[in-house]
Amino acid sequence: MAKATNTELIDLLGQKFGEQLFDVTEPYGLLTFSTTPDQLIEVLTFLKDNGQVNFNFLTDITAVHYPEKNQIAVVYHLHSMVSGIRLRLKVFLPENEPNIPTASMLWNAANWMERETYDFFGVKFEGHPDLRRILNMDELGVFPMLRQYPLEDPNRVDKKDEYFGR
Amino acid sequence: MKHNQPVYTDNDPQSELVTLNLGPTHPATHGVFQNVLQLDGERIVSGVSTIGYIHRAFEKIAEHRPFYQITPLTDRLNYCSSPINNMGWHMTVEKLLNISIPKRVDYLRVIIMELARIADHIICNTIIAQDTGATTTFLYLFQFREHIYEIYEEVCGARLTTNIGRIGGLERDFNEIAFAKINKFLKEFPVALKEFESLLNRNRIFIDRTAGVAEVSQENALSFGWTGPLLRATGVDYDVRTSEPYSSYQDFDFEIPVGTSGDIYDRYLVRNEEMWQSVRIIEQAMEKIKAEPSGIFHAEVPEFYLPGKEEVYNNMEALIYHFKIVMGEIDAPKAEVYHAVEGGNGELGFYLINDGGRTPYRLHFRRPSFINYSMFAKMSEGMLLSDAIINMSSMNIIAGELDA
Repeated sequence: MAKATNTELIDLLGQKFGEQLFDVTEPYGLLTFSTTPDQLIEVLTFLKDNGQVNFNFLTDITAVHYPEKNQIAVVYHLHSMVSGIRLRLKVFLPENEPNIPTASMLWNAANWMERETYDFFGVKFEGHPDLRRILNMDELGVFPMLRQYPLEDPNRVDKKDEYFGR
Repeated sequence: MKHNQPVYTDNDPQSELVTLNLGPTHPATHGVFQNVLQLDGERIVSGVSTIGYIHRAFEKIAEHRPFYQITPLTDRLNYCSSPINNMGWHMTVEKLLNISIPKRVDYLRVIIMELARIADHIICNTIIAQDTGATTTFLYLFQFREHIYEIYEEVCGARLTTNIGRIGGLERDFNEIAFAKINKFLKEFPVALKEFESLLNRNRIFIDRTAGVAEVSQENALSFGWTGPLLRATGVDYDVRTSEPYSSYQDFDFEIPVGTSGDIYDRYLVRNEEMWQSVRIIEQAMEKIKAEPSGIFHAEVPEFYLPGKEEVYNNMEALIYHFKIVMGEIDAPKAEVYHAVEGGNGELGFYLINDGGRTPYRLHFRRPSFINYSMFAKMSEGMLLSDAIINMSSMNIIAGELDA
């Protein structure tokens, strides 16, 4: 199959989902867009099963914390090996209630990726068969990749941005 | 012999299950892996993988380090092929900064990356042989990993955690000794690899232990996110080097070997063939370098490329750039970028978000070992314990990459 282009993909998804997909950008040629948690599974299922695009491969799931917006973004990287194209899908969740449906029934790989995301960001994947911590110890109590948790002694001043003109 | 036939379950009155704690420090697992297995005799009924024993919070650390200081972190992901990780990280940053790399640098990088791939596959394949009881082959081929490490030493001074290269190129040109060592390796390694193959490929015992064991279908492999030699052993010809060529891989003539059934024997054959293809690539790269202007080992991007020490001490400009780079004061675009390279175990991806600060806002590693390993416990169900051990060796799970 010939390589698909981002434009074709935007057209196809635009017809199907319209306004439910937003913030469409193409940083470094990688099509990126956002959707809502309610729409997520529908979008992922469409992308996976649609014969035209066929995103058969889940490359990665991770999350990003934006404390100033009080949001956590869950980021999905999908790959269509058939048409040789990748895309990035983001879902922004409120920081205090990061709930999102699981994708583990679509791809088995999502199981551990979601566990890792839960372990580090506390994102609750609803319907996940085994949502436990994976890399950190069970008694940790916090979700360490959230930005309020410092890496080093917070009283240390020699690495503050203000000392570098920011 | 059928390895996936149904076995006794827990509520069967006749079953006497034994719980075996395989790991975290078991000599047969070659790394820090824990699997709690329910055994019925020698057959595994169910298993649970526990990972994270050497988790070092690299993603958190990376949020507090300028770009240059993240390279040593990537060394410690898949420490059997550190140069691929280093180059992958450098290429991610170069993509972010829109740096174009001279062809000669690309080829030098390809040589190093393919040597690393060979080193990685040597480890995996000799360990499979070792675990099936063939110590000879392990000893024959493993010395070539040493020779590869000697080449690394010549190029960057280090052996295992190489920290090789710089953003924008390499830190120094290959010297004559390095080229001589590579040529020597290209002459000697094929002989040894051929001998290795002739000892194992048609070896009755080896085939009995590996063929038909731990077969995986293409659908299952794709669903579990497998990449690299494991996926190719099932018959899917996905290789980042050809699907999205980086570092001028499109200039090379090489083949992507694929298997058919995804069993351990196929994985072994795929890795062996990849070593032959890597040798081919290195030979081509050595030829191509001769046609390129000599002495070029980095792109002319002084604001991003860390200058040499003699320049820093004698040249004002270089001193300023050195300071800015080390302090993370470079002007990088506020953007996000995903870049993947074909690591020893599969697609090694770097997802980098830069917000213009000294350090990445977020850096996520897509670690093939982590994603490949998620199938292990499920695969082991119904398998003999000794087969599960070889299965783990053939997956080449590297604890550093698994736990990050």
